[in-house]
Amino acid sequence: MSEMKADEKLDLRGEICPYNFVKTKLKLEEMEIGQILEVVIDNGEPIKNVPRSLKEDGHQILKVERIEQYFKLVIKKS
Amino acid sequence: MAEHDLNALKSSGFMTQKEKDLFSVRLRIAGGYIKAEQLPKLAEISKKFGRGHLHLTTRQGIEIPYVHFDNLEKVRNELAEVGLKIGACGPRVRTVTACQGEACSHGLIEAQHLGKKIDEIFFGRSGIPHKFKICVTGCPNACIKPVENDFGIMGVVRKIFVKEKCNYCRLCQEVCPVGAIKVEENELHYDPSKCIFCGDCIFACPSYAWEQEKVGYKIFVGGKMGKFPDLGREVFSFWEGEERLFQLIEKTLDFYKEAGKKGERFGGTIGRIGLDNYKEKMEAAIA
Repeated sequence: MSEMKADEKLDLRGEICPYNFVKTKLKLEEMEIGQILEVVIDNGEPIKNVPRSLKEDGHQILKVERIEQYFKLVIKKS
Repeated sequence: MAEHDLNALKSSGFMTQKEKDLFSVRLRIAGGYIKAEQLPKLAEISKKFGRGHLHLTTRQGIEIPYVHFDNLEKVRNELAEVGLKIGACGPRVRTVTACQGEACSHGLIEAQHLGKKIDEIFFGRSGIPHKFKICVTGCPNACIKPVENDFGIMGVVRKIFVKEKCNYCRLCQEVCPVGAIKVEENELHYDPSKCIFCGDCIFACPSYAWEQEKVGYKIFVGGKMGKFPDLGREVFSFWEGEERLFQLIEKTLDFYKEAGKKGERFGGTIGRIGLDNYKEKMEAAIA
């Protein structure tokens, strides 16, 4: 997959559930449909919950990338 | 008060208290579901016939303590006005407990709906050696603690892998609690023998490569708390069909009636006779 340029970025490492999702959601609300948000979240519970909640809200997760103990999610606002 | 009267009262959800002629009235609240409009009546009854408070039980129920014997029928009638019923004590099937199920983002089955149905069919069933507790928990997070029940039902999900949709992001490997999935460069290895049917991979997958195939029930039997706690054992990892589930409960109660000794909990019966024996009998009895 080719590199996508992120319109916004959020570093949510150390942020617990569900605040990591809530912050992602609030950020997405400010953005335009089709724009790209890049978030970094922790392994464990966050990786279990955040992608799931984003899917339930109808957003598209374009890419998931593991960086050491963190995960970078590339999200397209839908 | 004659002894037989006391037993009759106890069987119908009125429990004796330390104080003479006072009873705690146990309500039948399947799945802990109570409507907001029923609550004012409970407040009214507790003030009128009790001591102005309620007791929340460990099985999602409500009891109204300190009701005088003379008022029991009045309490029963007033509860009926708002559609509330009296619960059960003694050697019979108790009120069914259930998690929020359909309302919870993790729920795989409609635990509330199913719990109420089971309660409708089996509540109060007697002729068994001891009490019999049934619960419905919506997913393997097991909030309603199926292993603490004589018969615990857990919602589970079976899945299929759609290779064309997979982008090998490894998210499923990360979320799988049992290490059943291993993702390499452009290849995914799945070991179904390890799968506990929790569905975490289905929900996490960003590209919808894990698809839900079917929901079912994982069944645990023989769990209990009390003086000698014992956790229930998994007997069926994926039981299919709601009607077949009702048949399983029916046949389990028949088995318990026949094989159980008086005063023995179901776990004791299973321990004595063997889990495999019970399992074989159920499989033979139900198509």
